Amino acid sequence: MEVQEPPVYVIVPGKCYRRDSDATHTPMFHQVEGLAVDEDITLADLKGVLLEFARAIFGREREIRLRSSYFPFTEPSVEVDVSCFACGGSGTLADGSRDPLCKGSGWIEILGAGMVDPNLYGFVADKGYDPERVQGFAFGMGIERIAMLRHGVPDLRMFFDNDLRFLEQFG
Amino acid sequence: MRVPLSWLRQYCDPPLSAREIADRLDLTGTEVSRVERVGVGDPDGFVVGRVELVAPHPNADRLSVCVVDDGSGSPRTIVCGAPNVAAGQTVAVALPGALMPNGEPLAEATLRGITSSGMILAEDEVGIGEDHAGIMVLGDGAQPGAPLAEHLPIADDVLDLEIAPNRPDCLAVYGVAREVHAATGAPLGVDPTTYDAEPSGEDSAEQHASVKIADPDVCLRFTARVFEDVKVGPSPLWLKACLTAAGQRPISNVVDITNYVMLLCGQPLHAFDLDRVRGASIVVRKAHDGEKMTTLDGVERTFQSPTALVCDAEGPSGIGGIMGGAVSEVSGSTTRVLMEAATWVGTNILSSSSLLGLRTEASTRFEKQLHPDLAMAAQRLAARLLVEVCGARLVPGAIDAYPAPVEPLLVPLRPERVGRLLGVQIPQEEIVAILEQLGFELSGVESGDLLFAVPSWRSADVQREADLIEEVGRIHGLDRLPITLPERPLAVGRLTPAQALRRGIEDVMRDRGLSEVVAYSFTSPGTLERLRLGGEEPVALANPLSEDQSVMRPLLLPGLLDAARHNAARGRPDAWLFESAHVYAPGGGERTDGAGPRGATPAVERHHLAALLPGDGPSGWRTAPSPTDFYACKALLEAVLNAAGVEARVEPEQQSFLHPGRSAAAVANDGSRLGWLGEVHPEVAAEWDLEAATAFELDVDLLAELAPGPAPYRDVPSYPADVQDIAVVVPEETQAAEVESAVREGGGELLDTVRVFDVYHGEQVGEGKRSLALRLEFRAPDRTLTDEEVAALRDRIEARLAAIGGQLRA
Repeated sequence: MEVQEPPVYVIVPGKCYRRDSDATHTPMFHQVEGLAVDEDITLADLKGVLLEFARAIFGREREIRLRSSYFPFTEPSVEVDVSCFACGGSGTLADGSRDPLCKGSGWIEILGAGMVDPNLYGFVADKGYDPERVQGFAFGMGIERIAMLRHGVPDLRMFFDNDLRFLEQFG
Repeated sequence: MRVPLSWLRQYCDPPLSAREIADRLDLTGTEVSRVERVGVGDPDGFVVGRVELVAPHPNADRLSVCVVDDGSGSPRTIVCGAPNVAAGQTVAVALPGALMPNGEPLAEATLRGITSSGMILAEDEVGIGEDHAGIMVLGDGAQPGAPLAEHLPIADDVLDLEIAPNRPDCLAVYGVAREVHAATGAPLGVDPTTYDAEPSGEDSAEQHASVKIADPDVCLRFTARVFEDVKVGPSPLWLKACLTAAGQRPISNVVDITNYVMLLCGQPLHAFDLDRVRGASIVVRKAHDGEKMTTLDGVERTFQSPTALVCDAEGPSGIGGIMGGAVSEVSGSTTRVLMEAATWVGTNILSSSSLLGLRTEASTRFEKQLHPDLAMAAQRLAARLLVEVCGARLVPGAIDAYPAPVEPLLVPLRPERVGRLLGVQIPQEEIVAILEQLGFELSGVESGDLLFAVPSWRSADVQREADLIEEVGRIHGLDRLPITLPERPLAVGRLTPAQALRRGIEDVMRDRGLSEVVAYSFTSPGTLERLRLGGEEPVALANPLSEDQSVMRPLLLPGLLDAARHNAARGRPDAWLFESAHVYAPGGGERTDGAGPRGATPAVERHHLAALLPGDGPSGWRTAPSPTDFYACKALLEAVLNAAGVEARVEPEQQSFLHPGRSAAAVANDGSRLGWLGEVHPEVAAEWDLEAATAFELDVDLLAELAPGPAPYRDVPSYPADVQDIAVVVPEETQAAEVESAVREGGGELLDTVRVFDVYHGEQVGEGKRSLALRLEFRAPDRTLTDEEVAALRDRIEARLAAIGGQLRA
């Protein structure tokens, strides 16, 4: 947005860093973030885009749900759950036991999103971003986290061990 | 935040189960991490009993044999070990078979020859408190035989909530009740801070103590009330039960009341023993650097400005908004209490608590910025409890240091904006109803705009139209939003040319049987030392997790070496690997305006592609493994250059981590250096437990800059080529590239292609020399070349070769 006038529609994969290391945290990981800013982008559009995404990754039968949340850079903010692909959203496996993947809830949290906070446009006002005129959504998700869910990988650190016995499973 | 459901239901009680309430909260923005069951396994089997007789146990000094009326008409015998059991007491009884908190049924037990059919309960046995010194004695009014659950919260569901940083109001049971009210429509009980206690006496608080805020930039408001005749002791059972279920240890009635008020309404309080506040005067100021005080937890702490201190006439008596001091702590002998309810500047609490490494229930609330109105509200509730529970006298009046009262906030909302942002039109009446349910008041309409007054407990979070729209959206229901896609049919995504190039060359690597790895961007100074890299210091992390991950890598090679070692140790010594990722060098990035965090200059990031070929490389059922050597490495690099459409030559170059005689640079035709290739220095390879390996690394950003556009069409040749093989003997140190360029100079435009197809060392060519075999193709676009023309070109080639010390072999 610092270099391009509206509208802007981008999808940005990249490395992120955080000071943490355990089975579900690595000091480096990858995020895919998306941003769509135009004159008429709505929260309902975000819902539609993310439903398409969830179905492309997790299967055509998937549904999503938005839960209200908080991020300093979006308003409104939502967390997005996808209906569990292990139990089909029922929370219960075929043998009647509680689904450990979604912990019986039928839903799995996959990403955070929201409508771009109007304050953000103030930083790029010189490029024509006027919060009275433009609005849009943004979302961000952890690639390894999605891959862990999709493929059942138990430990995030395995993505960075570079063990061929792991890599070749997804080649 | 742990919210016991029984406590929540006192203020909002929808006809829903714990799970259903949790789901509604979850969807409307109050994340429920789990619903926990606390207390006994099942409230059946727990009843109120009355002790009718107590007799000493004939065979045990410390046991009593009690006859207890359980309302059934036939009194039961219970053996009890508590010293405080006495006839006439109303007590809590577990009958045989009752499911205890650990899930085990209570069995009839024979104790020293007498059968006890049941148990008289102490607090800790039903999870109400920690006291095991004696049995619980219930108040009057409980009838023997009545279910115990009607009198004590012996079983409860607790909602464990993850409260977002913008919602300090939900770090309170009543705040969560407001959310449940808005999310379910169930009625909301009266705010517990509404009513005040009756003061008594002719004196006033100001006569007992004084308060001054010396630094209003750390403290917005400081209120204080004075209580006399306070009887400090254990809290009543109901209060202990509330605190225990919410995860707080009961301490004493005065301290428990401060915690109860904080948990119920969100405002932390602090009780001082007024007789230990020296000079009975309080001054709120920033700490002097190096100032010391011992906090309630017995730790002596050292402060620095601008941490806020609550001081008395002689020095610090508490850390503002974080923790009180030992010097004025309420004790069993306290009779006069000064109750503090203050409003601190949130950002200062946040930085002070991180500076001190001290986070408390109080600081987690204050750091999110509470509203000053809440301070006096909390005083009212605390006063009622101190009077009721501790028999205290509330001294009339309140001390209120409030230098700059906060004005109520009005936020305009254009109803059509709600639909424009959310994508669904919500009727104006519903918008107003939702916001009113959340405590916003419609205070007027101005040319179609609705003007809402923000309630004090939402003042830090709701300040703009977008914030109001979020409130409307979440309570209206995000599940009720339509599902649409942006209406921009012409927006089609595509890769930039640089991205397309990157993918293309990564595919080349994969197609040649290499495996892609992703290594950390960090490395260690020791690793760079093992590569014998001197020169420029790498970019260092300010706060690394470990020495191993303390600098940003200036090249990709170390990650590949680590991965090769990892795989070699697991039986895969010949895994050919590549990585495509950024490398980092200090300073001089695109932004030199100091716009990075804390004015730092961003590092220079370049995208590199590197490959490491240890061992013999991949093989198939009909392809033998090809041993790694300089030429295998060069062939791979050429495949990359070819895919990028960039022509480059290979020139000898030394690298600290490569074999001195088998290393080179790839140089583009315009002279820019694309990267290096060669055999990993045997000593470096040995450091990584590798036998031998070759490697290369290219600057892909540079490659993308040099990559030509689409290839221009050249006429398909319609005349045959004249193919000639020549053998050239050159000194050992003469590069094949030099030979090739001499041949090209001699051959001119009619020489179409040149290819080296053999290298020969041996007696016939002599010591210090080698023979290169080249295949030449001569071709003209417009005619078939004659033998004479080709012979003349060969002569010129021979002459050029002679100029670099080369000689044609017959």
